Amino acid sequence: MLAKRIIPCLDVKDGRVVKGTNFVNLQDAGGAVELAYRYYKEGADELVFLDITATEEKRKTLVELVREVGKAIRIPFTVGGGISAIADIEALLKAGADKVSLNSSIVKNPRLISEASKQFGSQAVVAAVDVKTVNGQKKIFVKGGKEETELEGFEWCKRVCELGAGEILLTSMDHDVTRNGYDVKFLKQVVDAVSIPVIASGGAGKVEDFLEAFEKAEVDACLAAGLFHFNILNIGDLKKYLKENNVRVRL
Amino acid sequence: MIAVVDYGAGNVQSVLNALDDLKVQYKVSNKEPEIYHADKIIFPGVGEASFAMRKLHLNNLVTMLRVTKKPLLGICLGMQLLSEKSEEGNTCCLGAVPGTCVKYDEAKVKVSHMGWNEVKIDMDSVLFEGIADGSHFYFANSFYLPVFDYTIASSVYDVTFAAAVQKNNYYGVQFHPEKSGEAGIKLLTNFIEKC
Repeated sequence: MLAKRIIPCLDVKDGRVVKGTNFVNLQDAGGAVELAYRYYKEGADELVFLDITATEEKRKTLVELVREVGKAIRIPFTVGGGISAIADIEALLKAGADKVSLNSSIVKNPRLISEASKQFGSQAVVAAVDVKTVNGQKKIFVKGGKEETELEGFEWCKRVCELGAGEILLTSMDHDVTRNGYDVKFLKQVVDAVSIPVIASGGAGKVEDFLEAFEKAEVDACLAAGLFHFNILNIGDLKKYLKENNVRVRL
Repeated sequence: MIAVVDYGAGNVQSVLNALDDLKVQYKVSNKEPEIYHADKIIFPGVGEASFAMRKLHLNNLVTMLRVTKKPLLGICLGMQLLSEKSEEGNTCCLGAVPGTCVKYDEAKVKVSHMGWNEVKIDMDSVLFEGIADGSHFYFANSFYLPVFDYTIASSVYDVTFAAAVQKNNYYGVQFHPEKSGEAGIKLLTNFIEKC
């Protein structure tokens, strides 16, 4: 059966990896390709790159990033950040990315999910969903967490699945960077309701948090960023711990 | 010289990146004579089976791929196309190995089968030389070839299915060796140096 995956996430700005608190106050964490190679060697199962460069040349810089990363690592990787057209997706997959992550663009145009998955296969389409609690309700946020939408979190997750997404990357903005653990309750709710893999994101601070997400929420993969960038946790050690606790992982 | 078949079904860049690591000479081609005269053939593929077969027909590659005596490695959809038939798009494939590709049961497992799965080596093959039994490889597939006489390695996802096949000069792997870390690189090296 499939192993549970550990996925470092690299927020990239002008080729550098950055990490902020609740999407702001960015700290530099090193060169994107160097860090990617380090994670590959440490035993990461997959990588996610989110480009937060805000330039008009965006597509070009993303394709360039994908080419460089593809040369450096031999594990699958996803790329995201402002992708909104089929032509962009095609260029990124051709350059060597395995999947694209779509966020704001699919809220604006949900049909992009079905079009992309029809053309490139659902395995290449990751729906990135950013959720934050507002007045007791899980609301969907877009534009890197800056803009609230009318969409309700749980319903939107079911919808992206129906539209043909291959995976859901579910980020809890409430938990992000708190290092107090993933939003296990909401993750479990989504895992039970959809028929595609769910990646937990936001809140990991220690090995027990990963174990809890795999055991209690039964997610397929766990994503973390700063925890790995700043060497608070080593991926190899984390996977050994999970294995000792009977989680099926690739060592 | 290795020919990497580029017929417009799926991207070949990841395979080329891996071949660059191995410092082997290759040529990316969709031209029958070029591929025919290569020493070895790598036959990748991602996407839908009937679409891919149509592309092979349009590029006039079907007969050559059927009759070649050169070692050929089909990857992912490339391996499925080596079979006789795929239920995906009710497609007549190359028939280099027997069998029909079928879909995983959506009532029992998440489809597609995507991620790292353990590969059990069922038969001695140079393809898996130096690779530990039970190593993980990266898969991304919704259809599979059931286990049959020419299965050299298998994996389990609700059912036991063919992870790798070999018949005469035809080799096929359901997983992506170019995305499977060091075990995948080893497998590609074996194909290039030993098959």
